[in-house]
Amino acid sequence: MLLKVKNRDAKQPRWIVDNSFRYACFALFLVSAAFLTLSGRSSAQAPTTSPPASVAPQNANPQTPTTTYSDSRLPRPGLNIVVLDPAHGGTDTGARGTGGIRESEIVLQFALQVRRALEAQGFQVIQTRMANENPSFDDRSAMANAQVGAVFVSLHVASTGLPGTVRVYVNSDLPPSSGGREASGLIPWDRAQAPFLALSHKLGDFVQGNLSIRFRGSPGNAQAAAIRQLRTTAAPAIAVEISSVSVNDRADLDRMAPGVADAIARGVTDFRPSYVVAGVPGGSR
Amino acid sequence: MNTRWVGMVLGGLFGAVIIAGLYFPILKQRVKQTAKIQPQSEEAARRELTQSLTTNPTEARVKAKLFWASNAHDGSLAPVTIDLPLSNEPPLRAKQVLNTLLAGPADPELRTLPPDAVLLAFYLLPDGTGIADFSEAMASSIPSGIESEQRAVDSLTRTLAANVPQIIRLKILIHGQEVDTLAGHLDLTGAFLVNPRAAQAAIAPQPDALTLPSI
Repeated sequence: MLLKVKNRDAKQPRWIVDNSFRYACFALFLVSAAFLTLSGRSSAQAPTTSPPASVAPQNANPQTPTTTYSDSRLPRPGLNIVVLDPAHGGTDTGARGTGGIRESEIVLQFALQVRRALEAQGFQVIQTRMANENPSFDDRSAMANAQVGAVFVSLHVASTGLPGTVRVYVNSDLPPSSGGREASGLIPWDRAQAPFLALSHKLGDFVQGNLSIRFRGSPGNAQAAAIRQLRTTAAPAIAVEISSVSVNDRADLDRMAPGVADAIARGVTDFRPSYVVAGVPGGSR
Repeated sequence: MNTRWVGMVLGGLFGAVIIAGLYFPILKQRVKQTAKIQPQSEEAARRELTQSLTTNPTEARVKAKLFWASNAHDGSLAPVTIDLPLSNEPPLRAKQVLNTLLAGPADPELRTLPPDAVLLAFYLLPDGTGIADFSEAMASSIPSGIESEQRAVDSLTRTLAANVPQIIRLKILIHGQEVDTLAGHLDLTGAFLVNPRAAQAAIAPQPDALTLPSI
């Protein structure tokens, strides 16, 4: 019997829970939590089943994905996939405007329009998050690193900058290590972007060029910055930052979404013929 | 519970409400006064503390070049020349220029670093790596974004490059700890290049080092 009822003075009934019942409840909670965690993890990684490039995790983080290479499962070479990353999410709201505008919400809405524009150009789009959740930097990079023939586009909204402008960033130079690849042919996880920097610049310039046509005041070329998200991404990778959460009316940002989406889609399409990486089996990723 | 206890409890509550009603206006006035005084006194105390630690009246005044945001408001930096008493010791000199950078320009709109951030310590390693340890406000008060975070770091590195040539690269710590990012974007796990020429010279092989000793 798990629950006992004792009558005290025959007036006030008192409920007492057995210790065994408490232990049973706790055990049930642990089992449920473990099941939910495991099922959530497997569903979050579901889109990343394609054969990956060789990327070796260098840090000791046990959650850092380790990927292997399989020639037999290679899809057709060239650029087919765009990994779209609405930055922040969950408890990390990113930049916040005085009017209550949150970067994490805006980028998710922008991502929907960018996704549609890219799919219209024939690309397969994988999003690093679909709702208000916050995958780690490494988890987001892993989604791109697990693909063959992918580029990575991270979406941001700044808290500064001239409102109505958009800037594209690529990772600044990373310290060289055997030309970006180790003797084993593996790319160190913490410098995964190093071999792709030149391609990232090219992709960034294509996208920035299209953005500068639509948004006056935006620079003509991509700029370099030490962006944490891009450093561990083993694919041509850019961050697109829209200005800004400081606008008085959120509609000003919403109006920018179609132009941003179209410019990104056109920029990636313009970049497609350049997407050849030497040193990778097959000649292309 | 009988009526006597109920009466006592209600009486006590009534008394508490009367006392609170009398005290509340006085409390409100005191809170307002404290709110006015506190930011000014904290800022003044911080400035006094950093100045007394890093400046020495006997040090020669030199023209220091500091990089804040430009008037164009386009995200770029512009140098401002200021007469400062600077030490000849590189770590102390770095501390002096960084504290002046943190104090901000005449126009607060052109700030690149949060006004409440404090430089806790500055070390210079033998390989030319400067380690700047900032208070948590450096990460928590800076406007989040790639542009604003990169501009903050650029203002630090360019100011150091212009005034302390011995520093080759800069590593930023927050409250003594290495952190992943400054405010969600900029990577702080590595070091930022301050003096590219010196860095190249340091990498280039030195002829003396390659000479084998004669037997």
